Amino acid sequence: MKKKIALLVVLVMALSFCFSGCGNSDKVVINVLNWGDYIDEELLDQFTEETGIEVNYQTMATNEEMLVKLEASDCIYDVCFPSDYIIEKLIAKDLLHEINKDNIPNIANIDERFLDLSFDPGNKYSVPYMWGTVGILYNTTMVNEPVVSWDILWDEKYDQQIFMYDSIRDSIGVALMKEGYSINTRDEAHIAAAEAALIEQKPLVLAYLGDSIKESMINGDAALAIVYSGDAMWCVDPEEGNPDLDYAVPETGSNLWFDNVIIPKSSQHTEEAEAFINFLCDAEVAKANTEYIGYSTPNKAAMALLDESYTENPIYNPPQEILDKCEIFHDLGDFINVYNDAWNNIKGQ
Amino acid sequence: MKRTVFAYPYVVWMLIFILAPMLMIGYYAFTSEGAFTMENVVGALTNEMYMQVLLRSVWIALKATVICLLLGYPIAYLLSNMKKSTASLLSVLFIVPMWMNFLLRTYAWQVLLSPSGLLNGLLEVLGLPTQQFLYTESAIMLGTVYNFLPFMILPIYTVLSKMDRSLIEASHDLGANSVTTFLKVIFPLSIPGVISGITMVFIPAITTFAISRLLGGGKFMLYGDLIENQFITLGMDAWGSGSALSFILLVLVLISMAIMRKAERDAGEEGGGKLW
Repeated sequence: MKKKIALLVVLVMALSFCFSGCGNSDKVVINVLNWGDYIDEELLDQFTEETGIEVNYQTMATNEEMLVKLEASDCIYDVCFPSDYIIEKLIAKDLLHEINKDNIPNIANIDERFLDLSFDPGNKYSVPYMWGTVGILYNTTMVNEPVVSWDILWDEKYDQQIFMYDSIRDSIGVALMKEGYSINTRDEAHIAAAEAALIEQKPLVLAYLGDSIKESMINGDAALAIVYSGDAMWCVDPEEGNPDLDYAVPETGSNLWFDNVIIPKSSQHTEEAEAFINFLCDAEVAKANTEYIGYSTPNKAAMALLDESYTENPIYNPPQEILDKCEIFHDLGDFINVYNDAWNNIKGQ
Repeated sequence: MKRTVFAYPYVVWMLIFILAPMLMIGYYAFTSEGAFTMENVVGALTNEMYMQVLLRSVWIALKATVICLLLGYPIAYLLSNMKKSTASLLSVLFIVPMWMNFLLRTYAWQVLLSPSGLLNGLLEVLGLPTQQFLYTESAIMLGTVYNFLPFMILPIYTVLSKMDRSLIEASHDLGANSVTTFLKVIFPLSIPGVISGITMVFIPAITTFAISRLLGGGKFMLYGDLIENQFITLGMDAWGSGSALSFILLVLVLISMAIMRKAERDAGEEGGGKLW
């Protein structure tokens, strides 16, 4: 028995030593929650080298998953990268920290086009990170017609040749646009029509995927896929991707989206988080980041440094007439449950 | 006294990781804003789509269990008739893949089955037309059977290898041929192994969600996917219905375990009666 007690004492001592050891360290760790493949991870090391702040980096697959993590009462994150409509919801729920712009002088590098947007007037809570469109990535060896309309995703010629996005707003949004409705509709009849369209389309769909769409399309597994423009940049790259692939935004318009950086209200390290945001807005950092992930940067100082293969590329920098036809997602409040039910019905079919 | 001391960590473990989550599921399933309600459970049971998904899960799990039994019993039987050293070497081979995380193994199937994957590459080399293997119901079935087959083989193998050989010799001495011996002696004696194999395959198969998503491409939603979806993408608002779905699955699992247990007891009595 004595031996056991001795063992226990040793154990407790060892544990408390470990905890105090961790506690004594001056290093602040910020918890960053991001999408997969959405930052050049070498930049995280560079940030730690420059500031001494450590980054604990985690990833999520969809906006909705991020929202669940941020709404949870035990939210541990200091920095997150949600899209426009999620930011709108987080602001409405009073879950975001009001950013101290004095700590982010590099915000001057951001193009005014991306500031003061409707989901966060005056950018009180968020700083632009990346932006882009939603469109159709297609393999030119399998699709011999111009891709100009969402209807091509319902063409029986492409049976088992279509990847859809496993994401509620994106996939239902595509069906709404095909039917000619707003992607922010609050009309149950419109949702019912979109649901019917997606159920009709389901037999043609090869799979509902997330990030793995990129790799599958590069491998030539299917002819058509819904992707974000930034992923398309990566896929059409002749070296890392597949030169047979091309990207089109339908003539009738699409979804224009913005992913901004936010700090949850529960964060204990807001100053360090602001230092991280300021770091991301640095021209050189933003350039390295956008080149690495392929998504379009809202940073005009970085744009000035970028090669023409980016700035003149219609996937990376779509012309204004296309953007004018695009619509931004808005938070739907409780009406999102109608979307959720429709999506459940589609997936469960 | 000494023994109970050693049991404390286990009891604490059970309280935190088994009992507490179950109580939480029960709480969320039967309350709405703090008040008792049957709404969540009734809603989950009367939703036509949810029931369709449940039926699909049961059907896929049943099929996978039957296939595992048909494949696993002969393998276990062959193993039990081999030399001890060969048999243990082979049974290790069945266990080795289980040292790897099952998600990794399922991802590996994704690579093998994909349109540009190894299997289709092989078909191409042979001059045959390529097939769509991945993202089909058969791919889900393959993944389920592959992942759970060892759980069928091992309990049956254990029972068969521990069987008293003199019983088989006695059966032969009394004039029974191999088929009769198998049907009247070996198989009845192996029933406990078969039943624990069925339980160990059916229950994980009915609750699985990763396999159907990775190999079915999100087209064949199972009950596990439905529950995951409630918690991961729908968030706090859906905890009630997510918990209700989990609760229904839990009850289903308990019922099937009770059925298995009864089958085992019945078989035990019957077999015992005939043997002695």
